[in-house]
Amino acid sequence: MAHHVLEMPVTEAQVRALRINDTVTLQRTLYGIRDATQIHMFDRDRRTRLDLHGHAVIHTAPNVRKVPASAEHPAGYAPVCIGTTTSDRMERFTRPLMEREGVRLIIGKGGLRDGSSEAFAALGGAYLAIVGGTAALETTWIEQIEDVDLDDLNPESLWRFRIRDFGPLLVAMDSHGGSLYRTVQADTAARRAQVLASLGVQA
Amino acid sequence: MDIDLLAVEEAAKALYIRALKVLPPDIKDGFSRLQQHESGATAQSVLGTMVRNIAVAEQTDNLLCQDTGIPIYNVTIGRGVAVDGHALMQALRRGCARATREYPLRSSVVHPLTRINEHTSCGIGVPVIHIDFDDTPDTLAIEMIPKGSGSENGSFLKMAIPAEGIAAIKTFVVDCVLAAGGKTCPPTIVGVGLGGTSDLVVALAKRAATRPLGSVCADPEGAALERQLSEAVNQLGVGPQGLGGDSTAFAVHIELAATHITMNPIAVNMQCHSARRARATFTPAGVAYGF
Repeated sequence: MAHHVLEMPVTEAQVRALRINDTVTLQRTLYGIRDATQIHMFDRDRRTRLDLHGHAVIHTAPNVRKVPASAEHPAGYAPVCIGTTTSDRMERFTRPLMEREGVRLIIGKGGLRDGSSEAFAALGGAYLAIVGGTAALETTWIEQIEDVDLDDLNPESLWRFRIRDFGPLLVAMDSHGGSLYRTVQADTAARRAQVLASLGVQA
Repeated sequence: MDIDLLAVEEAAKALYIRALKVLPPDIKDGFSRLQQHESGATAQSVLGTMVRNIAVAEQTDNLLCQDTGIPIYNVTIGRGVAVDGHALMQALRRGCARATREYPLRSSVVHPLTRINEHTSCGIGVPVIHIDFDDTPDTLAIEMIPKGSGSENGSFLKMAIPAEGIAAIKTFVVDCVLAAGGKTCPPTIVGVGLGGTSDLVVALAKRAATRPLGSVCADPEGAALERQLSEAVNQLGVGPQGLGGDSTAFAVHIELAATHITMNPIAVNMQCHSARRARATFTPAGVAYGF
């Protein structure tokens, strides 16, 4: 269980070095992406001017305050509260996000499915679990909203955050087929009959 | 007692922001209990981060979670209260929109077909407003619940039949907790509605999911089943964030209603660990804020 500090963007080799149960702290750059962002990018073929190659995306739609653009707030937005959302809804976008946009790391909560595991293995990617519902803490890891694109989808725009010491995050799915979620699901399924029996129900 | 609708509008605004920032003490106590009994190392770490976040939110005067949820206002009107009901609902709606624009909060509310966001946290039928009555003299209470979507997507309805009995209830609750896995942001409050009609049973599940921890189903049979199910779901191993562990749920809560001789309706609605709620109570002495 190693700890990795990753200066974003990263290479395929850096991502393939990550193993489930390792922890990761990200530095410098993080992109925010969400349901509507990806529906528009991949189902409606909208393109972004932002370069996601080698980068990490977090499943998010932040609370922001619109402010005059300045050196401190180059995108015209100040962060208010930035956290994460349930990743499972965005399962089918993992592969296109990696193939078309070159994304290497996905951050979210609750995990992704086998299709994403296969994409991580084939293309060199990983899923980093962040603790859902802890946005007040995560906001302290974000220094600035550097840029925004597809902002007609606000708050589900494509955001670029400048980050410092973003983590620790848990490697929950790696590029070697490892998935903590699949392990837990197998364990919980195996316990079901016994739990029902304890309730007087024959499964 | 006459109700000042401008004060209601202010309260509707203040309650939304307050609910998003400060967790009720019963939920904080719930975390302490889970931390005492959790045997998993990852699970302990996740619970520790959640507890730290509660403190950071209070220290930095920030929102606990980025999800501002679907706003719900539950109004309870006591005896001897004079208020224009329609104007009351409009005041709540204005306060909700003002909280969103003036704070500013992320508006999480869109039209279900066009997906257009009016950036007011309002839309057709939203905020959800429930109005009920009780016999408390000269009192009007407004409970505000920002209901997060991760847990709300963990909502389930089964119109079971009488021959399936209580076993169907137990099996359905266990299977819903397994199906939800980490998606509902566990540890959760698992709200279970039993009986009534299809619409009533879902409303009961929501009421159960948003009840304070430590509260008990008013029906003794329901209360006994709550205890059994609370213990059982924490044997499943889902754990905080679905990463494994003992702390799958703070509790299972049940609300029930009578039903038809041919029916056995069961609904499940989950509340995430950021189990936010706030309350304003209007009396002749003024407005008091609490949980």
